Amino acid sequence: MRYLLLICGDESAAAHAEDGCGGWTEDMQERGLLRATGGLRPPTEARTVRVRRRKLLLSDGPFAETKEQIAGFCIIECADLDEAVQAAARHPAAGYGTIEIRPFSS
Amino acid sequence: MSTDVKAAVDAAFRDEWGRIVATLIRTTGDWDLAEECAQDAFAMALQRWPKDGIPGRPGAWLTTAARNRAIDVLRRKAVGAAKLREVAAMSPPPEPGPVFGTETDHSGVPDDRLRLMFTCCHPALSLEARVALTLRTLAGLTTAEIARAFLASEPTMAKRLVRAKQKIQHAGIPYRVPPAHLLPERTPGVLGVLYLLFNEGYSATAGADLVRQNLSAEAIRLARVLARLMPDEPEVAGLLALMLLHDARRGARLDAAGDLITLEDQDRALWDGAEISEGVAILEAALRLGRPGPYQVQAAIAACHATAPTADHTDWPQIAALYGRLLEFLPTPVVELNHAVAVGMARGPMAGLELVEALAAAGKLAGYHLLPATRADFLRRLGRMPEAAAAYRETLELTSTDAERRYLNRRLAETSGQA
Repeated sequence: MRYLLLICGDESAAAHAEDGCGGWTEDMQERGLLRATGGLRPPTEARTVRVRRRKLLLSDGPFAETKEQIAGFCIIECADLDEAVQAAARHPAAGYGTIEIRPFSS
Repeated sequence: MSTDVKAAVDAAFRDEWGRIVATLIRTTGDWDLAEECAQDAFAMALQRWPKDGIPGRPGAWLTTAARNRAIDVLRRKAVGAAKLREVAAMSPPPEPGPVFGTETDHSGVPDDRLRLMFTCCHPALSLEARVALTLRTLAGLTTAEIARAFLASEPTMAKRLVRAKQKIQHAGIPYRVPPAHLLPERTPGVLGVLYLLFNEGYSATAGADLVRQNLSAEAIRLARVLARLMPDEPEVAGLLALMLLHDARRGARLDAAGDLITLEDQDRALWDGAEISEGVAILEAALRLGRPGPYQVQAAIAACHATAPTADHTDWPQIAALYGRLLEFLPTPVVELNHAVAVGMARGPMAGLELVEALAAAGKLAGYHLLPATRADFLRRLGRMPEAAAAYRETLELTSTDAERRYLNRRLAETSGQA
């Protein structure tokens, strides 16, 4: 099964922006479980796009104003949810932020 | 239909339903199909057994019937040959009797119920979903029965079950017993669901729906299965012992009006001696494994009460020590309060009062009626009547059930009369 890991944190998590993943990425790659991964610039640099009545509506900032921000993502391939949970728990960001696990719809 | 056949089908249902469903889920991967085919097999038994006689091994007959039904359905759905072979290889339950040994792809004796329990009680599912799934798939209660037991409408319960099964599929919740290193964190989840089921049934009043009252029996039955499948887990045995020791007192718990009778006032002749002996024996075997846990300690407390010939013979010092031990596992304010009660009985009301006052001063359990009720009781026993009366009044404000209010008003009259 394929899962998206959303790495989230509040503003204090920005302090960890340059931390890297402490070997997590390499480990996951070695096991052949990592499909894609990326870190994201902060939401202040986001642009949000909507098209309504054929008009393009652009706004600054993220779509949802929440305290928790998405700082990065990974797409992993696991046998089941338990494996995905274990993989997420090993990610260093789980130690200061939160990681949301979302199964892909098949 | 003869009552023999009806009784045989009922017995087979209790013994075999969960096993058949669990195996069909593993072989077909389809929860709904598994339930349907198991249901069809029992319907066939009701038709055929009156004519053909009750088979020597009802479980094997039902397993074969359910398997054949599944093969028919899958054929019509034109699934691949590999899947069909897997279902066809589904073995009838081993003979004779219950299976000892853990879940097992290695020992050659498959019992898929353990997988089913862990999957139904997976932490990714809501507690409500875990309870409903366990009752439907393992205990074989109908959706209507589960809805009645939890005072929900049938469509609501049906929706809850559908969503839970969808979540298992879509989120990839595995159908297996967790690996050894995950068992310590996952087993309590299974035990928690069984204990919740037990308590739902145990707290059901005499007038409550029979389905609801039967939840305790279902919980005990499932705990027995789990204890057989996980013989090395003393907490599983501890939970089973705890349930049996509580259940043994069921007949003495309510008076004619349906009011709760406190432990000390219960007629001990109404307690089920055989159930108490069984509970104590199971607990002792579990304790010998040398890995105590919260269920074993609670069972030990229940055993102290259950084996005291009269209320006056209760070994309160032992119970107080056990509550102290329980606090190490479950450091909750409610356990602290129970500890205080036991200390009050073991070492006198002053010692108990000090612990309760400390709890109250810490602001724990604010609004919980048993806190002032316990304080009131200690103050009354110390002869400090005006303070006791004030505490009883405080308790009355927090209490909603009629039976408790009647009791408290009696106490209030006693204490304010002497004030």
